Amino acid sequence: MKILTLVRQVPDAEARIKITAQNVDLEGATLVIDGMDEYGVEEALRLRESGANVEEIVALAVGPKRVEDALRTALAMGVDRAIHVETDVKLDPIALSRVVAQVAQQEGVKLILVGGQEADWDSQALGAATAERLGWPQLTWTNELKLEGDTLSGRHDVDDGNESFRAGLPAVVTTQQGLNEPRYPTLPNIMKAKKKELRKDDLDRYGVQPAVRVINNEIQTRARLNRMIDGKDPQAAAEQLLDLLRNEAKVIA
Amino acid sequence: MILIVAEHAGGKLAKSTLEMVTAARGSGREGPVTVLVLGQGVADVANEAAKYADQVLVADLPQLAQYNAELWAAAVAQIAREGEAHTVLIGGSRSGREYAPRVAVKLEAPYLEDVIALSAHGQALQAQRYTYLARVTETVEAEAPVIVVTVKPGSFAPAAPAPAAGEQYDVELDLPAPRVEVTGKSVEKSSRVALTEADVIVTGGRGVGSPENFAAYVEGLADRLGAGVGATRAVVDAGWRPYAEQVGQTGKTVQPKVYIALGVSGAVQHLSGMGKSRYIVAINKDAEAPIFKVADYGIVGDVNQIVPALIEAAGK
Repeated sequence: MKILTLVRQVPDAEARIKITAQNVDLEGATLVIDGMDEYGVEEALRLRESGANVEEIVALAVGPKRVEDALRTALAMGVDRAIHVETDVKLDPIALSRVVAQVAQQEGVKLILVGGQEADWDSQALGAATAERLGWPQLTWTNELKLEGDTLSGRHDVDDGNESFRAGLPAVVTTQQGLNEPRYPTLPNIMKAKKKELRKDDLDRYGVQPAVRVINNEIQTRARLNRMIDGKDPQAAAEQLLDLLRNEAKVIA
Repeated sequence: MILIVAEHAGGKLAKSTLEMVTAARGSGREGPVTVLVLGQGVADVANEAAKYADQVLVADLPQLAQYNAELWAAAVAQIAREGEAHTVLIGGSRSGREYAPRVAVKLEAPYLEDVIALSAHGQALQAQRYTYLARVTETVEAEAPVIVVTVKPGSFAPAAPAPAAGEQYDVELDLPAPRVEVTGKSVEKSSRVALTEADVIVTGGRGVGSPENFAAYVEGLADRLGAGVGATRAVVDAGWRPYAEQVGQTGKTVQPKVYIALGVSGAVQHLSGMGKSRYIVAINKDAEAPIFKVADYGIVGDVNQIVPALIEAAGK
């Protein structure tokens, strides 16, 4: 059984985001493999290590030249080989899912792991859209996953709590913090990763058109009052805060 | 028509449904505002929805007793096709954002996700949404025979009832068999107001010190103020609090009138879930904590000393 794990490259959570000419400008920002996808890479490796029948783990990235770095990280973590669909075209998640689904079919994978929410798009759509294109079920926001034979089981978060589930392969699983603790690539593994296959692919053959146009980006910061209350006298501080909330902000009775 | 998929829980229509009605009415898209109610034993929900909609479509079926992404996607896509909907609005809840992409793919529709504003521009539909952990506001546009949208909870005011109640119609659905088996469920019930509907939220972070302190101070203050209780990822991971209370990138997004953060440092992932609150209050020992940068009112001090005083003062 083959696993496809999708990796995206996003600015580090602490990176300063700036806007140039209505576009998000990543110049100078530290770019990392999306944390949510990293849980997926780790989980693929753990499924194999747990004795599940995993023949091969393939990482896929779609994006400009720089996303190679994210694929190298995945390879250094232990993924067997990588595919890079190189393009500067910005795809929305629904459009991107078309590429992911086609690669999954070409590669004959039975399980796709992808982050539950991308840190740049703030989108949760990619896993579900990919599953729909393939006609597969999906399990989102997993925080526990087991694979026995062709049966997945585990636990995932839902609207009002969490559920245990069971489903057969093939399937799409979305991953999140809490599922595992991703390993750090060791130096020998980083060296080994340089020799692993990283195949380049062309977006043109996937027949993908973004359906959503981005018109503008802006950083809207809400002006905050930043009023500090001296906390040395807890009683006085508490009373002052309540007074402000009741009479200035008028947000509590 | 504009098709809205009702969100409901415990036999009651959720506030998010009324917010979607507002989004639909104000969008400038034409046609009747139609609410689709999916579930089992949903007559009350449908009656309630009828007060706000031009028409209500009801699928009251045993197969819909439990939410399932594939069933919901099939149902919504079928109704959107049959009713020739040009706009489909789905709640921006975890489940809504789970099945909406499937609807978009089925309908070959563009998908505008978790939007905070919506307006027609000629034939196109424009929306605003947050990106980059809610630090950037993006304006996007799509033009197509049908567009699927999820609406971020708390971004639109709940609608007022329409002058006349809408007609109700039963619909028949062609549903697939569910492929994901739910083998257990733990519902995190709270007697308090739901986080996504609360005007006041009190949230505790690691700085609160212990689960006991959390119960005494965070819950204590919340109960005194009639507020919802929130928790940070760190507190949930430590097992102090249930996941349902988590606010942030991997938890809930909230937008109360006032958000009171106790012992919360203010990581970007947390801020992305509460940064749009109207007022933010922070109480933290660490004067350098990033939460103070986004706070309207801040107290540098020990939660364990300030909050008991606050609970007492609030009771006066």
